[in-house]
Amino acid sequence: MTVFTSSAQRSLDDPGFRDHFLRLIGDGDEFGAVEAVTALLDQGVPAQRIMADLITPAQQRVGELWAANEWSIAREHAATAISERALAAVAARSNVRPHRGRLTIACVDGEWHALPVRILAETLRLDGWRVDFLGASVPGPHLVTHLHQTGPDAVALSCMIATRLPRAHAAITACRAAGVPVIAGGRGFGPGGRYAEKMGADAWAGSAEDAVARLAIDWPPVIDDPSTSAFLGDDEYTWVVRHRADLIATALERLAAAYPKVRRYDQRQADATAEDTGHIVDFLAAALYVGEDRVFTDFIDWTNSVLTARGVPPEALAAGLGVIRDQLHDWPGCLRLLDAGSIRLRPPADAD
Amino acid sequence: MEGDRMTTDRTDPVVLAPAPALLRAALDATSEAVVLCAVDTHEILLVNNAARALTPALRPGMSADSSPIAALNEAITTGGRTFTAQFDGRHVQGDRRALGGEHYGWYLQDVTPLEQERARTAFLAEAGRRLAASLNHRRSLRTTAELAVSHLADAAVVVLPPVRRQSEWVRLVAGATVDEGTLRERRLGEVPGLVEALGDFPPIPSRWLDAGQAPDWLLPRGSGPIGALLVIPLPGNAEPAGALILARRGADAAFSDDDELLARIFAARAGAAISAALLYRDQVDTTAVLQADLLPPELPQPDGVELIGSYQAARDSLRVGGDFYDVFKPTPRSPDTVIALGDVCGKGPEAAVLTGKVRQTLRALRLVEVPPDEMLGVLNQALLEGGRQHRFVTLVVGSVVRADHGRVRLRLASGGHPPPLVLRADGTVEEVATSGTLVGVVPDIVVHPADVELAPGELCLLYSDGLTEARGGPSGNEQYGEQRLHTALSSCHGMPGAAAVERIRQLVSDWVRGGTRDDIAMLAVRAPSRTPLSLRGGGARNASPFAIDSRRNERRPRQRV
Repeated sequence: MTVFTSSAQRSLDDPGFRDHFLRLIGDGDEFGAVEAVTALLDQGVPAQRIMADLITPAQQRVGELWAANEWSIAREHAATAISERALAAVAARSNVRPHRGRLTIACVDGEWHALPVRILAETLRLDGWRVDFLGASVPGPHLVTHLHQTGPDAVALSCMIATRLPRAHAAITACRAAGVPVIAGGRGFGPGGRYAEKMGADAWAGSAEDAVARLAIDWPPVIDDPSTSAFLGDDEYTWVVRHRADLIATALERLAAAYPKVRRYDQRQADATAEDTGHIVDFLAAALYVGEDRVFTDFIDWTNSVLTARGVPPEALAAGLGVIRDQLHDWPGCLRLLDAGSIRLRPPADAD
Repeated sequence: MEGDRMTTDRTDPVVLAPAPALLRAALDATSEAVVLCAVDTHEILLVNNAARALTPALRPGMSADSSPIAALNEAITTGGRTFTAQFDGRHVQGDRRALGGEHYGWYLQDVTPLEQERARTAFLAEAGRRLAASLNHRRSLRTTAELAVSHLADAAVVVLPPVRRQSEWVRLVAGATVDEGTLRERRLGEVPGLVEALGDFPPIPSRWLDAGQAPDWLLPRGSGPIGALLVIPLPGNAEPAGALILARRGADAAFSDDDELLARIFAARAGAAISAALLYRDQVDTTAVLQADLLPPELPQPDGVELIGSYQAARDSLRVGGDFYDVFKPTPRSPDTVIALGDVCGKGPEAAVLTGKVRQTLRALRLVEVPPDEMLGVLNQALLEGGRQHRFVTLVVGSVVRADHGRVRLRLASGGHPPPLVLRADGTVEEVATSGTLVGVVPDIVVHPADVELAPGELCLLYSDGLTEARGGPSGNEQYGEQRLHTALSSCHGMPGAAAVERIRQLVSDWVRGGTRDDIAMLAVRAPSRTPLSLRGGGARNASPFAIDSRRNERRPRQRV
């Protein structure tokens, strides 16, 4: 009961409250986390604020703690599960009669970061929308079938990782071809949602509050012919995607020559190696698809920070880029991207 | 301008002959519209009869570069040789031709019919694209109203045939947003021509409809009086899909014969789209009823046991397929919860129907309290006697009951199904030692059941082979396999059951890089942790000297959320 009394006395603005909540979800303390948000609701704190100013930042911290190698993957998942329970508790306490229209909300195929999208769904529901939340990783055909069956006023589509952009683009085009405008969200769409516009999205929202504001006025927009933005990418993109398996296989072979220890990897380690090589190829393809170098260099920066937190020197990732670069001499766009990536991995003194 | 100069040969009798009055009469007599101008001042010297009829604003004496026709002025200023202008609802195209060194002429043409035809074609093309896009009934009604207002009228109302004495309608007035509502059937008669249009009678021409008779409720308050009304049927599947009411504002508004014809062509397309959407809706409704019993059930949450289910239908199916799971609650006589997860051979609706039968049979057997292994035997007989050949099923049936100290006891029996896995508190993964014959093929099956006990925090996973047979990986064609599943499950150590099941789904989805080709079903039974998770103080650091191996348990990069 100490949890109950301590959180009941606290307000959301107390400096230690967010840390307190983070500790609760990090400890897998479902009861404590639910009590904390329930106490806030009892104090009259609006549900929107609890989601925007408590659960969302806590979840951002969870991601950071994982990236910094301070939390294990299990703890990260457990914390996310507890956040979801807390969110469900907030949602269950706040009922709003729909008076606006109907929305479909989904994560793009292959995209598993459902919690921010669930928060978006609840925020919009509180704003008076009737919301169908389709969950994580929704295949395009399922999404379009849902649109035909329910005829919503908008689709909110989330993409957190740039490698899903080609699939996000296919989904956006299909939704708009079915006459339903799309509001895109998630950092996968780039800074300020830059890539969303290229893919024909009708709007972009950086946060749940942005989405509420954007959908509240002047919606739906007039949909132009979706075929005008139906194709992105070039021959380099096509080549990289079609040769993905070969690129990875060859890269792994050459890596084995460079690092003899790779030969003694067990299956799990070999899988992880293959998977990381796959990420390099996939982000390379995504950067070519969108036509933005930043997709690739951001990935390199981020991966490097994750690896550094785990005591891995940048040279190792650079070696991974090298064995892929060796296979791509005919493709100037790929070389440019890989070189731009390598530069990011040089020590600061070197780069100056 | 050298090339433009008319070569004048003084000896040419044709040029020599007539007096100015005769030339003028000749120009007035032609059907081609000519405006004659002076090169230096652009003064209009002559406007022939045809040009006067076409562009009454142009008069002799005015300067052609400051005329009331802006497009003409601009063409002269910029040295353009053609212009197109629109006034009084006509489209006029002008071509400049030099007439000697001192004069030139604008030869004008009425291109209104051409422009109208172009606009009609563009409208019908856009209508075709937008109407074909959606199979949603309500959206097709809205699209119809939007298109009608964009091109045909100031306001449009789509009215559906009455169902149970109520007609639904969708309405749009130019400059406003679409609104919707319903209308009593008896009020339909208040709109001239509406009952006829909905009753599949020949449409009444607009000129016979008295717009003044239109009821006040037809358009929103403040829309102003209706000048012209057109009511046309939206043709459907052998009966009208609805009626389209078009209204134009203004005292002298009218629908010409051309307008009516275009509206009817549009109505035919809109009607086809609306009735296709209606057909689709009917089929979806029917499917939904049939699907309801085949979809995965909502799981009960018995005290002291965590149950988590996950079902992912193959990419292109109706969300129902050959994999299934089910949970049957304790009965007054038996404290056990009975769980089942299985896989019927085949895919799609046929397989789904058989899963429905299997689930129903198990539900009945549960009520007579048969232990899991015997359930499989009876199910086998039932399937064999059911007469459906070439259909078999593999499944695991188990009974779950709470034991002391937060433990959970299971008895599991497999009929030819991959053995369930158990995630122990120390992170190791074990296969449950149950085996048996697949069900529905041979008259006598052999089943070896096994007992499992879960300590708090431990989890037992039942899964279908869609999970281990999912193809992907770096080569794109490698099976996920049991070894990877063991590793994946082991990495879920310490997670709540829901997080563990979600994580395995995610790992497999990453492996196949998108949609799976086969159904995947999972059902997890977990003994809840009694105390908060033993993860306080952070997890172990997993540093590695090898770059590529460093994220061994984290299979994909995660952006900071």
